[in-house]
Order: sequence, then structure tokens, then C-alpha cells
Amino acid sequence: MNGDSSAISTSGLSKRYRGGQLAVDGLDLRVPHGSVFGFLGPNGSGKTTTIRMLLGLIAPSAGGAELFGQTVDAAHVGTLTRVGALIEGPAHYPYLSGRANLARYDAADRTADPGSRATRIEHALEQVGLSNAAEKKAKAYSLGMKQRLGLACALLQPRDLLILDEPTNGLDPQGMREIRALITSLASQGTTIFLSSHLLDEIEQVCTDVAIMSRGRLVSQGTVAELREGLKARLVVTTPDTGEAATVLKEQGGADVRTDGQRVDCDAQNGLEPDVVCAALVGAGVRVLAYGIERPSLEDAFVALTGEGFDVAE
Amino acid sequence: MSQSSAVLTGTIPRTRWSPRGSLLANELRTMFRRNRNLALLGALALIPVALGVALKVGTHRHGGDGGFLAEVSNNGLFLVFAALSLTLPVFLPMALGVVSGDSISGEAAQGTLRYLLVAPAGRMRLLTVKAVSLAIFCLVSTAVVSGAALLTGLALFPTGQVTLLSGDSIGMGAALVKAVWITLLVAASLLGLAAIGLFVSTLTDTPIAAMAVATGLTILAGILQVIPQLSAIQPWLYTYQWSSYADLLRDPVYLTNIERNLLIQLGYVVVFGAAAWARLTTRDITS
Repeated sequence: MNGDSSAISTSGLSKRYRGGQLAVDGLDLRVPHGSVFGFLGPNGSGKTTTIRMLLGLIAPSAGGAELFGQTVDAAHVGTLTRVGALIEGPAHYPYLSGRANLARYDAADRTADPGSRATRIEHALEQVGLSNAAEKKAKAYSLGMKQRLGLACALLQPRDLLILDEPTNGLDPQGMREIRALITSLASQGTTIFLSSHLLDEIEQVCTDVAIMSRGRLVSQGTVAELREGLKARLVVTTPDTGEAATVLKEQGGADVRTDGQRVDCDAQNGLEPDVVCAALVGAGVRVLAYGIERPSLEDAFVALTGEGFDVAE
Repeated sequence: MSQSSAVLTGTIPRTRWSPRGSLLANELRTMFRRNRNLALLGALALIPVALGVALKVGTHRHGGDGGFLAEVSNNGLFLVFAALSLTLPVFLPMALGVVSGDSISGEAAQGTLRYLLVAPAGRMRLLTVKAVSLAIFCLVSTAVVSGAALLTGLALFPTGQVTLLSGDSIGMGAALVKAVWITLLVAASLLGLAAIGLFVSTLTDTPIAAMAVATGLTILAGILQVIPQLSAIQPWLYTYQWSSYADLLRDPVYLTNIERNLLIQLGYVVVFGAAAWARLTTRDITS
């Protein structure tokens, strides 16, 4: 291992498609070794193009990407044997069984040992809970089973890096939990995970680091905690006596006091002691139904960074 | 096995190559287990059977119109030559057009191309495996026609001395050897088309388009072949010397046209193989 290098690092990575559209614009991404890295962005923000460039499927029009300090492009793919990937959903030979599909992908990897193939396939199928359906033709698989087979393909060998695009897409809640547990356990064994997902609470649950893309650019990169820090926590009081509550919060030094129905809230900045405020509220005769600090979610951070708009990015 | 960090050392373990575990072996297994391809081969096998039965039933009705067909009723072995001359212009190229046109574009359309490439298969290696497997398909499809024709011929018609086009007679053993050579030559005649199909297949993510082009080309070449005004370009068509295999049925064998045919096929393989390489190794895989 090159101690200094990140699992993934890109510098000025850009892609302009032939139509002139700039899909990815000067991306400087660093994914530390051993991290579980969440890669977020609205539809059409350039996530998939970035992932394809990382894997040497698409040639960048400017800049470059390195995996473990080595350039990956159409002619240099040796490093990819250390990488398992799920790109834009699974893809299979519908007329082959699940097991035969895995055997084919394993045969495609020149460094994979044919001698241990059967054992490794068995292990991969077991990891994704597909052992019982291994002999079924892939065309008979449900969406969730196809997704599991795609994951099994990424797990055919011990990998140093897993690049997973929407890994829980199409899975039932149990499946999602299993996959999340699998990701966590792989990460605990030292595998770096690069996880692209729309499910922000999923990212929040499993990721240590996160990067957010919007319109082809990186708008934020750091740990999940750092990202949340950008947004202030709110102190929230639920009460029928909203007028008095607002007055007390202002007296206690709460900034940006807002009232909405039975809810009164203000910025929970450092100077504000929640226990003191609560005592003051009760002392002033405010009937408190609920009281607490609301931490901003990753979703709030995401929307703050990428905008509220529902339309796909141009 | 655990997700150990054995690979973290950065050294990629080289494993010994095993023929049964290789990508080529897997490609061939995939190709010859696929129902569509088996149906194509099955249809090819039916043609000589149908031809043999038709000749057997109809042989008393007319005296024959010359060529291989007329000879079949005298010697069953001639059904091999008759079947090849019947399938080479249309049926063999059609089957090959489907398989070659689908070779890369089919992988692209179902999304498996990206997973093969990140496995990593290596683009050059994948293309080589596809090319070799297409060459093997050429041989297998031709051999299926020959084999079915041989069995049908032996079952329905008498055997014995074979009279060559040059008038000499040879024994059954020598004639069988000639049949094998002719099968190999017909298979080799298809290599140019296989290369074109492979190239077209790298151009698109829509297999049906690539298959249509690859099968349509032979029809186009057949039309160009019969327009006298186009005699200047005809020697450059991959179909130009397709019937040269019949020269093996002369004694001594007349080699000029056979060599010419092989040279044309080699030219097509080099040109379209290089084009396919240039295309696949540089293109963005967005499927």
C-alpha cells in the first residue's frame, strides 16, 4: 500500500460530452483509506459520470483520477482487480443462472484464480443471501435479487475498495438492513466504501465522510459531522402559550425566534443553556408540551447546498 | 474467506492460466449454451436434412439440373457439397451476422459490458476473446451443416467412388478428407464477415441495428456481385471468391482462387479487426 495515497483521488476531473454539455466540472475528490464515503447529489449532477471515469469506462476530457495512487483508464485497468463495483444498477445475462453469471464475471478478471472460483462464488452468494436462488436463471430474479447478485459480483474477491451506486435500490426493508450491515462489517475489516445514494438517512447511518455534487461541481466535502456543523441546531418548544414562550426565549438570549402553530423555536447557539431556558419557561408559567434540541439532518444540509428545486439539473 | 487485506500489499497475485477457467472458455460456453444460438445452429442443421429428403423424394421426377444437386442421388457425400453451396450465400452469413453483430453491442445493451470491463477484463483482451469465439462459431456453424449433410447423405443415398469436377474418381476416404477441407475453407470464407460484424458491433449499443447491418451486408454484396457495371469493385468484396472451395474437387486442386479468397478474408480481418480495436479501446462506455 502506498501509505500516502488516498483510495480515490481526482484532480480537476472534468467531462464534457460530445454535445458540449459539461457533466463534471473540475472535481477534486479525496476519499481516505478505510472511510465509508457518501457521494451525494441530485439526479443529473454528474455522480454516475464521475463513477464511470473512476473506473476507466469514460475518458475524462480534462484532469485525471487515481485509485490507490494509480491512474485508471481504458488501457490501464490492473488496479480494478482491487475494486468491486455496482454501477447504475446490476446487469446480468438473463439466460444464465445466478451462479453462471458470477462465474462469467470472475473469468473476466484475469487475476482471479479459477481454482478457488467455486468457493469464492459460494461465499459471495452467501454474503448477499442468494445461495438458495443460485441455480435460477437471472431473468427470473426479482429486482431485489438482481441487486443482490450485483453486490455478489462486487464481492467475488477480497476488495480494497467498493464503489457502490445505489446498493439498496429495489431491496425490501430487511434487505436494506442486511446490506447496510454488510457494508458496515466490510468497512470494519478495512475496505474503503464509496457509496452513492439518494437515501440520506442511509448515508447518515453508515458514512463517515461525505461529498455533495451539484451541477457537475463538488459543493461540499468532509466528514458527516463537519457538514452538519454548517447548519445550526434549533431549540424547540411545543406549547399552547406561544406568546409567552417566545418572550422568554428572547429574554434568555435566543436568536431568530420563530413561532409556527404550537411550535416556538430559536437558534440553539453555544451561550444558550437548555436546562436554564427550560426552568425559565416553567417559571414564567408556560405550559410546555415538548422541549428539545433539533439537530439538522443531512437532508437539511443537502437541500441547503443543492437548492430546493425539484427539476433535474440541466 | 474473509475480506482480508491480503491484496493491500499492492502486488496483484498472478494465477496460473487454466484453459477451462479462462474467459475464452467461458465465452464459448455462454455462446453455445444460449438458446438463440442453439436455435440458429439447429436451423442450419435442418437445411441439409430437408435438402436430402427433398432430393430423395423428388429425384425420380426430374433428371436433375446439373451441379452438386444432380450428383447427390448417385453419391450421398455430394450432399455435403450441395448443402454448403446452398447455405453459404445466405443462411451461414445470416447466422453469423446475428452472432457477430450481437457480440459487443449485446453486452452493451444488457449492461454487462461495463461489468466485464471493470472486472477488469481489459478491452483488448475482451475484443480478442470475442474475435476468437466468432472464428470458432464460423467453424462450428459450417461443421454443423457439413455434419448434418454427411449423416443425411449417408442415410438416404448410395456411397462409393466420387467423381470429381475434373472427371477423376477418388475413393470414399479421400473424398471425406476433401469434405473436411471444404468445411474448413467455407468456415474461413466467413471470417471477413465476422470481422465486419464485430466492428459494427462496437459502434452501437443497439444489437438489432448491428445484426441488421451485418446480415444485410451479405445481401448487398450479393447484389453488387451481379451488376456488371460494378466489375471494378467486385474483386474487393468479401463474397467475391466464396465459391472457390469447389476448386478443391478438382485433381490437381486448383489453388489460385482459393488463395485469393483467403487473402481477401485476411484483408477484411486485418482492416475491420483494427477498426474494432480502435473503436472499442477509445470509446466511452455509457451503457
